[in-house]
Amino acid sequence: MTRTLLALAGLTKAYPGVVANRDVSFEIQQGEVHALLGENGAGKSTLVKSIYGLVKPDSGVMHLNGQPFEPADPKAARAAGIAMVFQHFSLFDALNVAENVALGMENPPPLRDLAARIRDVSEQYGLPLDPSRIVGDLSAGERQRVEIIRCLLQDPKLLIMDEPTSVLTPQEVEILFETLRKLKAEGTAILYISHKLEEIRALCDTATILRLGEVVGDCVPSDVSAREMAEMMVGGTLHVPEREAGPEGDILLKLEGLSARSPQEFGTPLRDISVEVRAGQVLGIGGVAGNGQDELLLALSGEMPTAPQMVQFKGQPIGQVPPNARRGLGLCAAPEERLGHAAAPDMTLTENAALSGKTRKNLVKNGFVDWGGARDFASVIIDRFDVRTPGTENVARSLSGGNLQKFVIGREILQDPEVLVVNQPTWGVDASAAAAIRQAILDLAAKGAAVIVISQDLDELMEISDNFAALNEGRLSAPRPAKGLTIEEVGLMLGGAHDMEVAHVDA
Amino acid sequence: MITLERRPQPSRAWSYLSPLLAVIVTMIVGGLVFAALGKPPVEAIRTIFWDPLFGDFASYFRPQLLVKAAPLILIAIGLSFGFRAGIWNIGAEGQYIMGALFGAGLALAFYPSEARWLVFPLMIVAGTLGGLIWAMIPGLLRVYFRTNEILVSLMLVYVADFLLDAMALGLLRNPDGMGFPGSRNLQQYPAAHNAELIANTGMHWGVIAAFFAVVAAYILLSRHIFGFNVRLAGQSPRAAAFAGVSADKMVLICLGLSGALAGMAGMFEVAGPSGQVLASFNVGYGFTAIIVAFLGRLHPVGILLAGFLMALTYIGGELAQMNLQLPRSAIQLFQGMLLFFLLAVDVMTNFRIRFGRQKVA
Repeated sequence: MTRTLLALAGLTKAYPGVVANRDVSFEIQQGEVHALLGENGAGKSTLVKSIYGLVKPDSGVMHLNGQPFEPADPKAARAAGIAMVFQHFSLFDALNVAENVALGMENPPPLRDLAARIRDVSEQYGLPLDPSRIVGDLSAGERQRVEIIRCLLQDPKLLIMDEPTSVLTPQEVEILFETLRKLKAEGTAILYISHKLEEIRALCDTATILRLGEVVGDCVPSDVSAREMAEMMVGGTLHVPEREAGPEGDILLKLEGLSARSPQEFGTPLRDISVEVRAGQVLGIGGVAGNGQDELLLALSGEMPTAPQMVQFKGQPIGQVPPNARRGLGLCAAPEERLGHAAAPDMTLTENAALSGKTRKNLVKNGFVDWGGARDFASVIIDRFDVRTPGTENVARSLSGGNLQKFVIGREILQDPEVLVVNQPTWGVDASAAAAIRQAILDLAAKGAAVIVISQDLDELMEISDNFAALNEGRLSAPRPAKGLTIEEVGLMLGGAHDMEVAHVDA
Repeated sequence: MITLERRPQPSRAWSYLSPLLAVIVTMIVGGLVFAALGKPPVEAIRTIFWDPLFGDFASYFRPQLLVKAAPLILIAIGLSFGFRAGIWNIGAEGQYIMGALFGAGLALAFYPSEARWLVFPLMIVAGTLGGLIWAMIPGLLRVYFRTNEILVSLMLVYVADFLLDAMALGLLRNPDGMGFPGSRNLQQYPAAHNAELIANTGMHWGVIAAFFAVVAAYILLSRHIFGFNVRLAGQSPRAAAFAGVSADKMVLICLGLSGALAGMAGMFEVAGPSGQVLASFNVGYGFTAIIVAFLGRLHPVGILLAGFLMALTYIGGELAQMNLQLPRSAIQLFQGMLLFFLLAVDVMTNFRIRFGRQKVA
């Protein structure tokens, strides 16, 4: 018989200007996988931070195993048996696995003993990991294993996982699920946060759905469709992007043997990438983060020069052409990192509109910036892409992630590029905004532009791509028509499971 | 518990208020330091800030204000571009010396020419070039060998200082100077003299250049793409790269610009108020200009005002040394405190203080 492990009652937490959680109540049973669903900004993070002792709720109570539970800090939460795997890893690249694990412990045992324990736990749960490897050399999936094992060493009663699969290949996801199911069989409860509804249907026993900080419903995920869950999250009907098949056009962008060293340490070099994109086509490039996505975008945007012939625009070699001249030709790009790369955090939206729009929108005359024109351009972007902000004179940092993403993508699309390259166009964007961004990308392609979408969201790529290719350790697979590709085939293209094995459930 | 909370937008009011507040706090703490030295604090502060403008001998000191403020403003305007872009030229003092040496050297090469229309403009070009070349050394080293421009530019100050000594005693020494160190006095060389344009105002060509630099910098920063790129490069280098700003070019342009203006300031100084290439020619304008640039919020108009304020502390400081026997280092401490408190108060522009229990994000 199941017993209630953690009960939340009436949790409320307000920040200046926004109520992150309002009167949230639900229960997590022992040995269940409990999904927490909601759009960005629905209050999921604040809620789990309250449970993990990072945030003190304004009101409401929590009970752990029937006892009042008020963790003052994460240390207290960990002592009570709560562990958390964050979406962003807190690992030191230059240290090895065992050293990284030791750093997170209050009283670390000698490194040799710890290494042995890491080996035991990793084998027991089917997460093989060599304790002596340097973290900087690990793939994202392997880094996540370090974080999971760090948690498992504490023998947790409740394991919180924040978007764990966003960095994994489908095969790695399956292996992670085996591990989680094994933990569940041992009686560990798992609080699982994700946007990916199909995963939740496959894994979770119950789901609590948050919208604007409030619980708006719960369900048994296997009994309802993904679409129903999405509509509960959004609170309306979901618009699915549609596309009209365009005629096959000329080759606009061609990469020929593109190889380049990464400008960053621990970056991935690009290795002999060759591909063509035609007018009206969307090429989807999938792959787990850190496999050369950033480098590919830099090579295309012009921030990272390459040999001239490696990048060709309408037959013209442009490998050495700098960013603004590429924009002038008609090649625009939107990098993944919104704040600090695609946009300057402390600059206004007007200034950020001029940042990449100055060339194609003719915003610089005789060296002087036409700020009036930049402001007009910014307000057109805000208007057309439904960017929620008080006005063009607000700084980029003041916008929420999703709104800034709409601004950044809108800025490039509204320049009417002939080739558009976007990296993670809908990362961290809520479902309805993501649908709008995808539609805008498809509309641009329908008008005859060639589009490259680099993304880790395979559902997104399958939805909007004509051709699909996978980036793995800096190599690009041969593109294949997206229609008819199965998720297994995609997984194999992504480089399979990075040597993971399925948990020994009988161990 | 007191916590600092990041403001969603930098506070406009605080960015204007903090220089004023820094001046006031400096006056209070400076007064305490003077009192600890056994000097009357109120009188000392009054001597520094009030007497040069409105005291008994104000008519003598007021022109000095322009003379001292002009090089500070000219150098600080140049530095402000680099500082905004995250390029730290700490060696303006050296570039200032090199500008003076180039300018004076050119003038003396033409001695005793009477063609002012030729010599004086050429001196301006030579002085500017001298500072520019000196600043290009840390610039090129950084671009090609990834050296740190802070260290290289600072160390080149000492090299320039020794060059100045060598020139004053050697190559540029006055042949008619009975063996005393120092060059011919350019004030007695009409073709090269950067004289007062209006008697008893302190107004010379360097002052005009400084005002011109303020206006040009203002236009450049607010309207021109270069100013935009400078701000972008300073705030987020990756966004600047995305916007097509070459980081290496930015380093060379910013160092070049600040070096050129510092060199120009040095040339105007040596040809005018100072007159002579002497070992004691430089009095730290290049370093004080760093304070001026930050005190003025790296904004041209702010720098204009800060330049006058620092010039005032120079003049008032000398006055306090004479009248109250305050040690020279106490005055330098006082000037340094101004920057120190400005940086401290500056936190309020981006953060606000919250009293009460700790909030955890």
